[in-house]
Amino acid sequence: METFLGIDYPTLWYLVVGLLFSGYAILEGFDYGAGAWHLFFRKDLSRRIAINAIGPLWDANQVWLIIGGGALFAGFPVMYATMLSAMYIPFMLFLMMLVLRSAAIKFRSAEPMPWWRKTWDITYFVSNVAISFLLGVVLGNILLGFEIGPNFEYTGGIFFSFLSPYALMVGFTTLFIFMTQGAIFLLLKTEGRLHTRLTFLLKKGMIFFIISFAITSLYTLIFIPGVTDKFKENPIFFILPLLAFLAVANVPRLVSKRNYAQALIFSSLTMSFLLMLVAFQLYPVLLPSTLDPNYSVTIYNAASSQKSLGIMLTIVVIGAPLLALYFLFLYKTFYGKVKLDDTSY
Amino acid sequence: MDTEILARIQFAFTVAFHYIYPPLSIGLGLLMVIFEGLYLKTGHKHYEVLTRFWLKIFAITFGIGVATGIIMEFEFGTNWSVYSKYVGDIFGSALAAEGLFAFGLESTFLGILIFGWNRVSPKVHFISTVGVFLGSMFSAVWIVVANSWQQTPAGYHIIGEGLNARAEVTDFWAMVFNPSSVDRIIHVWQGAFLAGAFLVLSVHAYYLLKGRYVEISKKAFKIALAVATVISLTQLISGHSSADGVAENQPAKLAAMEGHYEASSPADLYLFGWVNNETQEVTGIKLPGGLSFLVHQDFEAPITGLNAFPKEDQPGQVNAVFQFYHIMISIGMFLIALTLYASYLWWRGSLFNKKWVLKIFAFSVLLPQIANQVGWFAAEMGRQPWVVYGHLRTDEAFSQEVSSNQILFSLILFFVVYAILFLLFLYSLNKKIKQGPYEEAKKNLQLA
Repeated sequence: METFLGIDYPTLWYLVVGLLFSGYAILEGFDYGAGAWHLFFRKDLSRRIAINAIGPLWDANQVWLIIGGGALFAGFPVMYATMLSAMYIPFMLFLMMLVLRSAAIKFRSAEPMPWWRKTWDITYFVSNVAISFLLGVVLGNILLGFEIGPNFEYTGGIFFSFLSPYALMVGFTTLFIFMTQGAIFLLLKTEGRLHTRLTFLLKKGMIFFIISFAITSLYTLIFIPGVTDKFKENPIFFILPLLAFLAVANVPRLVSKRNYAQALIFSSLTMSFLLMLVAFQLYPVLLPSTLDPNYSVTIYNAASSQKSLGIMLTIVVIGAPLLALYFLFLYKTFYGKVKLDDTSY
Repeated sequence: MDTEILARIQFAFTVAFHYIYPPLSIGLGLLMVIFEGLYLKTGHKHYEVLTRFWLKIFAITFGIGVATGIIMEFEFGTNWSVYSKYVGDIFGSALAAEGLFAFGLESTFLGILIFGWNRVSPKVHFISTVGVFLGSMFSAVWIVVANSWQQTPAGYHIIGEGLNARAEVTDFWAMVFNPSSVDRIIHVWQGAFLAGAFLVLSVHAYYLLKGRYVEISKKAFKIALAVATVISLTQLISGHSSADGVAENQPAKLAAMEGHYEASSPADLYLFGWVNNETQEVTGIKLPGGLSFLVHQDFEAPITGLNAFPKEDQPGQVNAVFQFYHIMISIGMFLIALTLYASYLWWRGSLFNKKWVLKIFAFSVLLPQIANQVGWFAAEMGRQPWVVYGHLRTDEAFSQEVSSNQILFSLILFFVVYAILFLLFLYSLNKKIKQGPYEEAKKNLQLA
């Protein structure tokens, strides 16, 4: 098997996919999270400002989902196909909510009628909550494992089997993490009345975040079999849960000191560390089979050919710096507090 | 209904709906680059007004295109899992390139394009417009490359058997430049330019007929007419070249397009007609030996007919392929005649006096859209029963683990959500047109 710096290609691609999904979680985390607060803002102007805080950014942030999904399709077609067809209903709901969310952003402020704005405000709120929640539910299901038989055939339930208690718990935790991220982002982008309101909301909201985080962590340790085995084999990796814990603890501290820029960094780090934790715990498995570990989808049996992975890694090496440049330019252009003008939503 | 049919209906519906928007974005992108370029060069206020006006419509089109496009990306996995595993290795690099090089470019610069008027200099704004336009062109490249590989696979080998069989890349550039990709990319680009140009023509023809915004509309109409004339003429060349490729690489599809059954005989070219798949007869107006002439420049040359293929390898819907293909050709010919005549009037200086010509333009906005749709229908239905030509059958490619009830559920959701989306699109398009190009400029003045 070909390697680069001593790491084989499937592992490298696993890192690329992980990086893309953590970028997606961080960036769309504040997009979706901001939207999940939407109905908590009372004034029409506050709601408009909140949407315009992500206005020029959300289309670009969405690129991470598209590239992440593409990277999964490209590098691990078996994983992509098995996961999406097994999780058919949650993914279809997720996609539908994405469409409704885009429509809400674009059309909400296009008309002044109160019923019009109210309908879109509710749509926007519900879609953001549902998207965040469903992403967590899918992650929870991956951690629990799927009923995968020989030839990666999914044999589990089809309509509601994705709604297990553990998956729901991960769903709620994801929602609260995103809402924390979203509120901190909005605090950075707003001033005046909305800013004051957010300070109050975030303080309350963080309690949910801490509680659900604690429950999910305990639940994982107790109910997911073999979750600590990997760490016992490689004690050095105990650093990951430790870092995650420190990052989580640091967020309320920075928020109470009103240091929102750093709070955003640490809440982003929280998500990255948690995803790293999941990635490390699963590696090299992508989708555990609950029927027989030999049926699990792994980065080796799911991977594209060495040749194809090599080409894609080359594309990433060329493309990623370009994308980083575009993003720097975009975020620099729209740095600072939201100012509504004739181009706003 | 069975899972395969439902999965096909859902894919066809979602992709056909999606395909209303990206061609419009690409076409409008080209015109915006021209308008804004002229504004930078001449400093004339009219061009700025035009750019701002069309940017608003572009933003809506682009937004719906992205939203419905994400669904396509994930629908491969949800409904076509066997297909996804089969082609993942091939599509992988094309998709990765699309995401990083094309989609990243268009989506990041889109923010600056729409919200950046007051934040960046006119030059930087123009660069962003060009960036978004190029990004959307590149996107089309990679998507069409992937589809073309399904039509004419190249640069690959097959490994594994049965459910585990899949294609692997052996030669990246041979895969990218497979026999049909270049012809089809150009053909798709041109279709997109026509969709955008005819929307601009239609809206400004409407203004001219109403006597509103006359000066600015004349300018926009002439620019869009120049684009539409050149593109509809050259569309003929890429179309012909594309058909030559089909004759060589997918003879069964070509035979279905003209309803040619006899295994090996000279083939006719129909102006229009009706195919009876049972009796294998075509009723209609034809040029005898015309297809043979187009392909081999010889009216007597034999063309491979459908009967040369075993029944299970023939496209099932011959008449549909025939009709869709002929609708596309007829529209193409009509657009050439229309734009040439209008250009002649322009040259004579009487273009804007002929109300009936403007009226035709006002309604012609639908024609490139229909041609784009039916062209794809013919291309995709003509490839049947294969999803990857000669290798993977459509009835083996769908997700076996997904039940028909699940698809019915999502299909109904799609119908509802897309119907809402389409109404919103028409509504906001109509509103922007009614408000007129100066509304945007006025808003800007008030703020200044």
